Parts: sequence; C-alpha cells; structure tokens
Amino acid sequence: MPENTQEGFIDQQKVLDNEEYSIKNTQSIIQKAVDWFRARSMFVLAYGTGCGAIEMPPIFTSRYDIERLGVVGVATPRQADILIVSGYCSYKTLKRVIRSYEQMNEPKYVIGLGSCTINGGMYWDSYNTIKKLDEYLPVDMYINGCMPRPEALIEGFVKLQDNIRNAKSEAGYIQYRENNAFYRANQEKIFGKNTTPTFEENFAGMNQ
Amino acid sequence: MFLDSLAMIALAYIFGFLYYGLYRNISARVHGRFGPSLAQSFFDSIKLFLKENSTNFGWMFYAGPIIMMIGAITTLLFIPYLNGSEHLVGLSQYGNLILVLYLMVLEPLGNAMGIGSNGNPFGVMGITRGLTRLIGLELPFYIAAIGLMIANHSADIGVIMTNQSEGYNAFTHPLLFIGAFISFLGFMGKSPFDVVGAPQEVYSGPATEFSGKFFAIALSQSAIFSFAKLLLMVNLFLGGAQSLVELVAKTFVLFLVAVLVGNVYARFTTAQSVEFLVRVPTGIALVGLLFV
Repeated sequence: MPENTQEGFIDQQKVLDNEEYSIKNTQSIIQKAVDWFRARSMFVLAYGTGCGAIEMPPIFTSRYDIERLGVVGVATPRQADILIVSGYCSYKTLKRVIRSYEQMNEPKYVIGLGSCTINGGMYWDSYNTIKKLDEYLPVDMYINGCMPRPEALIEGFVKLQDNIRNAKSEAGYIQYRENNAFYRANQEKIFGKNTTPTFEENFAGMNQ
Repeated sequence: MFLDSLAMIALAYIFGFLYYGLYRNISARVHGRFGPSLAQSFFDSIKLFLKENSTNFGWMFYAGPIIMMIGAITTLLFIPYLNGSEHLVGLSQYGNLILVLYLMVLEPLGNAMGIGSNGNPFGVMGITRGLTRLIGLELPFYIAAIGLMIANHSADIGVIMTNQSEGYNAFTHPLLFIGAFISFLGFMGKSPFDVVGAPQEVYSGPATEFSGKFFAIALSQSAIFSFAKLLLMVNLFLGGAQSLVELVAKTFVLFLVAVLVGNVYARFTTAQSVEFLVRVPTGIALVGLLFV
C-alpha cells in the first residue's frame, strides 16, 4: 500500500483510476435505460448547511445555467434526488441533514461540497462540527476546495451523472440501507438519545 | 373508438410535455440562458415513475392524483381534435360544451381532496389559493361560453367549430374572446395568475407532499390538461383545425402568447387576481354578451 505522502496519494489515485479495480457495468438493457433517465433528471433539495450554500444559487443563474443538465431545485425532500451538504456541518445542522436525507425517496444521492465535508477543512479542531461526513451519511461525490467555484460544482454533477449512468460505483443509499448499523452508531455517538428514530420506531409511533 | 381515444390521450401526452419543454426553453431564453432539452419534462416524469413512494396518508391522498388524471382525460375526450374529421373525436358526439366546462372543475377538486388528507400547510395553502382563484377564472370563461352558445344556438363544440367557416369567433366576437383569453391565461397557471404553486411563497404548493409515482401522475395530468385547454380555446375561438399541422400551429401560437405574458408579468396576490379577474375580463365578456 502506498504511503501517505504526496507521491503516495498520487499512487493511490492511479490505483483508483485503474479500470481493473473499478466496478464493471454488467447491467441489463432495462437497468441501463433506468439509470440513463435517473442521470438525466436530477432534483436538488434546496437546503444549505454552511458557507458553501452561497455557491449553489449561481449555478441556476444565466451565467452557469445548470438546468441544461436537467438539474433543478425543489423545495421538498419528497421529490428530491440530490442532497448537497455545502460546507461545514455543525452537530445541530447534521441532525436536520439526516432527517432531510431520510425523508428523501430512493434513489437518492449526496454531494459533499467543500473540504469541510472531507476532513473538517478549516474547522478541523472545532468542538461542534463534524469532520468526516462519510461517517454519518453515504457521500456519492466529493467536491474539494474552500470554497469550490460553481464550475467545480457543475463538474461534480457531471461526474455524478456519469457514475450513475455507467454504474461506476455502488450508490450511497444502498450502502446506507445495508450498513445502517454503522451510520447509526456514529450518529448516536454525537446525539446520544436524541438520534432520529429508526424506521421501526417511527412505525411503532404511527400505530399508537 | 377505443383506439381513437387512446390516440387522443397519447397525442395530448406528447404535445403537453413538448410544450412544457418549450415553456422551459423559451423562459430560459428570456432569462438569457440556454435551458434544458425539449424532452426534459418527459425525462423528469419517467424518472419520477421509477422512484419509490415513501409517505402514506391513506387512500384519499392516493386517490387525489388519480381523480385529477381522470378529470384531465375525460375533459380531453369530450373535445374533438379536428374540424369535420371522423378521427380523433373521442366521445365528443356524446357530450357538449356544458359537460366540458363541468369536467374542467374535476381537476382542482381531485387536487383538493388529495391535499386535504395530507395536512401539509403549504399544500393546503396552495389549494385554498387555487380554489379561490378558480372563482375568478370561471366567471369570464362561462360568460364567454354562454355567449358562444347563444350565438350558435347550440352547445355542441363541433357545431360551434364548423360555424366559424366565414370568420373566427375571435374576430366576430372579440370581446368574448378577450374575456375568455385572460381567463385562459389563468387556467394555464402561468404568471400573473400563478398563485397556486408560487415558489417563493408556498414552496411547491399543492405538490409539496406528492412524491414518486403520484407526483409523476400529477405532472402527466397537468401536461394532458393544458393541451386540452389549448384545444378547447382553438376549437371555440380559432375555428378548430383541418389537420394536425394546423392544430399544432394554432395551439402553439396560443401557448406562446401565454408563455410570453407569463414571463413578462409579475405575480398577482390571490386577492388581486380574483379582483382583477372579476372586474376586467368579466366586465369585457359581459359587454361582449350584450352584443351577441
């Protein structure tokens, strides 16, 4: 395994880029068509967490016009496909982010915008922000930078569409479903008893 | 007749989504953008059909979009597509203008039924606005329809359509046309009468709680219903169409005017839109009724 030096990271990137290690697209034609439609139409939940939220409105304006790619904003998690966690995410916000994510209908994807979602960024020693978003929610696409320009966000969307269309990686929502114990354990470390209710708990509440 | 009806629904579905794509494109050009592809709304609806539904508010919530769809399709089937043609007539020989006007109300009522059972405040707010606006919309449209029925001594849409061979009703009864046209702009749900789903005020409005397949049904019915409304306006005031090409040309002109007006004008509040609709188009249509 390459070491954690700059050269080491470059070697790791080469390993990741190698086609031998990537997931092969062995889907049926119908599944390919379904994925094509999913990649072609993306509804973004209008929810901003950190300072990166200010980079999101410009992509909908005439200068960047992301509607070309089929990306539009929606006001409700019921209809959304994409959740953008834009920048740092405090503990208080994380709870709302998780609730919004769990209200979204599958298939759903998460974009981590900015360095703060990768390793904490400039909030690396903060007492009340999360450092690695991937421990709490499955992230499908990271966009690094502090702050990333709208162009970077558009490139992130294009790459995510490519990933979905060609089934290059396992979608995050499947990981969240299958490894739910891992994510919930991490969430409970922060929230304790105030963690969002599980599906079973919700269901029990509805029957009462 | 079954195949005929199916073809009508399919054509309305295709043209409805195509026109909605055009609406997004033309609006984008007005904003100085390029806009999405023409078929983007179609892609959106297919994707939504492939998404899961998660919320459950009981059967009344799910019946809402289905009743809306039934309202849109039945309205469409009672309006003949072409002037004097045997094809694409659907059930129009069994119904008339009064029935069509009655069926047009089914869509907002189905919407209200679905939204009322989910209890989302934005949805309830949206549908309350919609039903309030409907009062204003219906007055001028009904008066114009009554005027046409008196002038033609018939409530049959086919008869009203064929009687326009010497001159379109839009020119022989201009005041009725202006009244009905302003009302039609409101029926299309564009600015300045888009109080129902006003994004900055009530978020998605009535659609807030719909997800997945039921949202897709709601989108499809709105595409079909807007084409039915275009068709009704063309048949009543623009002499119908001899061929599909003529039909597309006439509906497109009407649609373009609605889109451009929607892009230019700011939104009325609910009270303003009802007040405007009751005063201006209703007044114009009433004066028009006197001249019939």
